[in-house]
Amino acid sequence: MKRSRITEVNDWFLERFPLTKLWNEHMAHYYAPKNFNFWYFFGSLALLVLVNQILTGIFLTMNYKPDAKLAFDSVEYIMRDVNWGWLIRYMHSTGSSAFFIVVYLHMFRGLLYGSFKHPRELIWIFGMLLFVALMAEAFMGYLLPWGQMSYWGAQVIISLFSAIPVIGDDLSLWLRGDYVVSDATLNRFFAFHVIAVPLALVMLVFLHIVALHEVGSNNPDGIEIKKLKDPWGHPVDGIPFHPYYTVKDLVGVGVFMLFFATVIFYMPEMGGYFLEHANFIPADPMKTPEHIAPVWYFTPFYAILRAIPDKFAGVIGMGGAIVVLFLLPWLDRSPVKSIRYRGGIYKKALCLFVISFLALGYLGTQPATPTATIFARLFTTIYFGFFLLMPIYTRWEKTKPVPKRLTKVHSLEEQLHTLEEQLPTLIEEITVLKPAATEIGHSAFKGSSFTRQPNPEGIKNVISRLVKKVKGSLD
Amino acid sequence: MNNKGVDQSKRQFLTTALTVVGAVGTGYLAVPFLAQMQPSAKAMAAGAPVEVDISKMEPGQLIRVAWRGKPVWILNRTAQVLETLKTLDNELRDPLSQESIQPESSKNPVRSIKPEIFVAVGLCTHLGCSPTFRPEIAPNDLGDKWKGGFFCPCHGSWFDLAGRVYRGVPAPTNLEIPPYRYITDTQLIVGESAEEASA
Repeated sequence: MKRSRITEVNDWFLERFPLTKLWNEHMAHYYAPKNFNFWYFFGSLALLVLVNQILTGIFLTMNYKPDAKLAFDSVEYIMRDVNWGWLIRYMHSTGSSAFFIVVYLHMFRGLLYGSFKHPRELIWIFGMLLFVALMAEAFMGYLLPWGQMSYWGAQVIISLFSAIPVIGDDLSLWLRGDYVVSDATLNRFFAFHVIAVPLALVMLVFLHIVALHEVGSNNPDGIEIKKLKDPWGHPVDGIPFHPYYTVKDLVGVGVFMLFFATVIFYMPEMGGYFLEHANFIPADPMKTPEHIAPVWYFTPFYAILRAIPDKFAGVIGMGGAIVVLFLLPWLDRSPVKSIRYRGGIYKKALCLFVISFLALGYLGTQPATPTATIFARLFTTIYFGFFLLMPIYTRWEKTKPVPKRLTKVHSLEEQLHTLEEQLPTLIEEITVLKPAATEIGHSAFKGSSFTRQPNPEGIKNVISRLVKKVKGSLD
Repeated sequence: MNNKGVDQSKRQFLTTALTVVGAVGTGYLAVPFLAQMQPSAKAMAAGAPVEVDISKMEPGQLIRVAWRGKPVWILNRTAQVLETLKTLDNELRDPLSQESIQPESSKNPVRSIKPEIFVAVGLCTHLGCSPTFRPEIAPNDLGDKWKGGFFCPCHGSWFDLAGRVYRGVPAPTNLEIPPYRYITDTQLIVGESAEEASA
């Protein structure tokens, strides 16, 4: 049979570049556990947001001017005069907040299912490096609009380095390139923000994924699927990433875009959390705003900084809150990965940790009143306690037996079906049928109508059952 | 590769030597890149002294001037304020300014050359926010202990009206006093100390 032109071109290409091999290794023949739940959307969503940031960023640089005299006005110019400039900028500014939401959820998934544990320590380390690079990227990007928050935020964060003994002052001077945050600082932050850090981010994403595909994905059961293979060498509990998970992730992308677009079009400032009010005033080196707070994604760490009443110790505490995350794979001594089979003590500790992280995040947005400081200290203690006591409490942990195979996932239809079956009995329990209070003039319904009234006894029973169930699931 | 009869130690020596030379070269090459991030000659030159006329200042008035891009405060303190300053020593971390930055001429309890005229860099020694000037006594938001001073809104540091830091706040040292001297009775120059001028 005569070979077509297209096949010839195709062959010419494949002899010189292993496209099919790469595609198969990382997509079509990359076997992922078949029980991924919604927590597994956030990795691919993080990649999507990264692409969004890079694309919108490129177009923003076409009109932005990294000059202390021009920067603020050039951002307003993008917002008002550049065609669709407002959309591109809001996609970028909302994207940065979305990036952190997605990454925090992605990291929490790791804590839930033990994705940082052996043999995935390096994936976690690369991920943490990504997180640090992302924070640097967000921080430097925030200076660029040259508003009051940009300016004083940068002033505070660069001053953090001056707390380091001996070299601190010279180091912060070197970072700023001037005695105060100035045009030199803005210009170099622009350079870091648009090229240096994004390059590092892309390289780290590459390393993160290469390491992941070497050891294989973890899953909600925390079982290594590679231990059980079929005669063809594929994990029995695995399915090819493409098309199964590419299609699944597309659903996640769709839902994400719905939320993303809602924020961009209806609440791009998010009430001062995504774009802070004080940043609509041009930078003034002579006057600090009355209340300064970082953007929401830094507030937990900022609250830790403020909770410690000593400059150097505060900076150590703030840095330590991030460093301790790097050590997680070695702090956790439990042999079991997934929360499904871990003991109650880890579940409770994780619960406390999440509460303290959210509370610190809230406190970081508020002025530092004495009461707030006491609470910030309490939650800082819990934050560090979660990590530093981990080698002790994970050793005591009474884990449950881990199954050999992945457990069955109940589909949405099945869950709805069970719910449908249980709903009438539940309604029967929490309500009581009473004759309707008859009103004069409604004699047609007299004696024949009943209304359902809440039944306090039944509601109490249901709540106590629910509490018992929650308590049981925590043990 | 056939390594028979090859002197491995010579190879090892050459590899090590080349690595060391390469590392030194890389180190030298890094210098210009790192050094270019230091303040430029222009930024250093911009630190020129600033002349300030204080003849029109009312008692209790604070004016702000820019020196090296930093806010510098000049405050005309009343006799009452100077009296209050003497009573605060027990609440301060460094009342005699032993560990704080100031020119020799301002190293005294009121931290100034002339007691009434207080000159300071208006940046908190904690993380560099500019504290707010709060001369009133015991305002609602700061409580009864407040005797008038500078309050940093960022992290809640307290300073008295001589820029001395209170105990139990994040700022480690008193506010910095820039070098300054009087040209005439009502004119001062910020950025040049009395010691430098006489030398």
